[in-house]
Amino acid sequence: MQGRNPLLYMALWLFLSLLTLFPIYWLFVISVKPAVDLFTTPSLFLDAIYWKNYVNVLGNETLRGYMLNSMIISSGNAVLVTVLAFMACYALSRFDLAGKENIFFWTITNRMAPAAVFLLPFFLLFTQIITFGDWKLYDTKIGMILLYCTFNLPFAIWTLRPTIDGIPKELDEAATVDGASTWQVIHEVIFPLARPGLAVTLILTWVFAWNEFLLAATLTSFNARTITTGLSEYVTTTGTEWGAMAAIAVITLIPALIIFAVVQRHIVAGLTFGAVKE
Amino acid sequence: MRSNTVGWLMLAPTIAILGVFGIIPFLYVLYVAFHQWNPFGASPDMIYNGANNFRRLVFDAEFLTSIAFTMKFAFFAVLSEIALGYLLAQLFMKEFPGRGFFRTIHTLPLIVAPIVVGSVWRLMTTPSIGIIPYLLRNWFGYDLNIGRDATTAFTLTVIMDIWHWTPLVTLTLLAALLALPKEPFEQAQIDGANRRQIFWHVTLPMIRPAILATVFIRLMDALRTVDEVWMLTSGGPGAATRYVGLHIWKIVFPKTDYGYGAAISVIVLYLTLVMCWLLYVALVARRQRKRTF
Repeated sequence: MQGRNPLLYMALWLFLSLLTLFPIYWLFVISVKPAVDLFTTPSLFLDAIYWKNYVNVLGNETLRGYMLNSMIISSGNAVLVTVLAFMACYALSRFDLAGKENIFFWTITNRMAPAAVFLLPFFLLFTQIITFGDWKLYDTKIGMILLYCTFNLPFAIWTLRPTIDGIPKELDEAATVDGASTWQVIHEVIFPLARPGLAVTLILTWVFAWNEFLLAATLTSFNARTITTGLSEYVTTTGTEWGAMAAIAVITLIPALIIFAVVQRHIVAGLTFGAVKE
Repeated sequence: MRSNTVGWLMLAPTIAILGVFGIIPFLYVLYVAFHQWNPFGASPDMIYNGANNFRRLVFDAEFLTSIAFTMKFAFFAVLSEIALGYLLAQLFMKEFPGRGFFRTIHTLPLIVAPIVVGSVWRLMTTPSIGIIPYLLRNWFGYDLNIGRDATTAFTLTVIMDIWHWTPLVTLTLLAALLALPKEPFEQAQIDGANRRQIFWHVTLPMIRPAILATVFIRLMDALRTVDEVWMLTSGGPGAATRYVGLHIWKIVFPKTDYGYGAAISVIVLYLTLVMCWLLYVALVARRQRKRTF
């Protein structure tokens, strides 16, 4: 196998990358066309670039607010989820808790709910049940950060657990014998070794929260409205504004792209899903 | 041994949050499922009607076909993603210039929001304005029309799902392959095993847990796909791509038949649960057997 030409692989990947990139390229093409051109015969290449959509989107204060909201909500959610998942996985991995495997399975069942029906109970929870005087969870960033835990926390626990399980227990035992407290074991032994797994969890949950649409559309109106929801406003109004929508979509890709490119190595190291060396 | 109290304290916030946002809404949906309730209809009150909603769904042809279509969709999508993801992960195991760069490119679809994925695929495939029907007609003389042909629409939803989610599968399987020890492979080569034998008897058994876990997550998500398919086909033509998530949506929103929608949700939740539970048992059983060796 080693004898084969690496150029062959490069050529193959170049071809596959073109397939992968095409829909994203097309998103860009739509974003730099005036509305009238979208309904003429399509052509593969652009002959002129029309930046107006980007100017409009970036100049729109409301949309900038939505983007900031999205940034706060997805970062808050990713950090919260990663911390909680780390604690939960450590507990599941290192303690002999009664029924812990059932709890582990139960967490993932929260990700299985069909969204359409669960919107209503969430709505009631946000507007009537969890209220403190005039204060409601509805249309708050805190509300969205907590709510996104329902599907992100199970995912995080399931991706992170193999990493924590894969850290040999002998290491904690040795540290404990040397007089380390539980906190010191976590801080000085587990955390550094689990770092790639934590990085992956952080990034994927961030992306999932950033991209979520249905819940944000129902449970926010302005103060906590996210950019995917703002984007859909262009889709549902009479005669979809595809250009503006595509421009927003391209802009929302950028932060995720930057994060992904920076941590590329860790992603693979962290997503071991139970195949860690024993 | 340290006290288990610390362990429970560390699990507590997770249990609390999932309890509030998972169990309470679930109990509420379960309660609604036993009622007839159309809050925007002629009689907006919740009327207890026993198991009538459940009785109704057993004879509901639309629901049954949507379940069948969803299963078909999940089966083809997840199977292709696993096969393709495995092949691509193997390709990424080779050394070649630009590997890191291509890996980043390959990860890109993962970061596109489902609603955007659906929109773009719709724009690319709409007859008369889409680039794909245009190219297919010019290059191959093939007439692609998702608005008319059920099989085409179904295939397209599967292809879109493959495009969006294969990167996740590639990443997880690549991580699994990278974590494998080298010795069994060297041993097998010394013993004169060919490539196919190595795959079946060495690689596959060793990455089986990773494959199962990936199937698990993907299956669960494929069964509840809504946004993407909604944007691409709106469930059509006819009901060919009206997967069960969309079906529930249509009952709850345009028709505001909450009681019935809740009943369907409960059933779908249990179906997903049972399928995932079977997979999970397979996964755990395997791990425990490995431990006894």
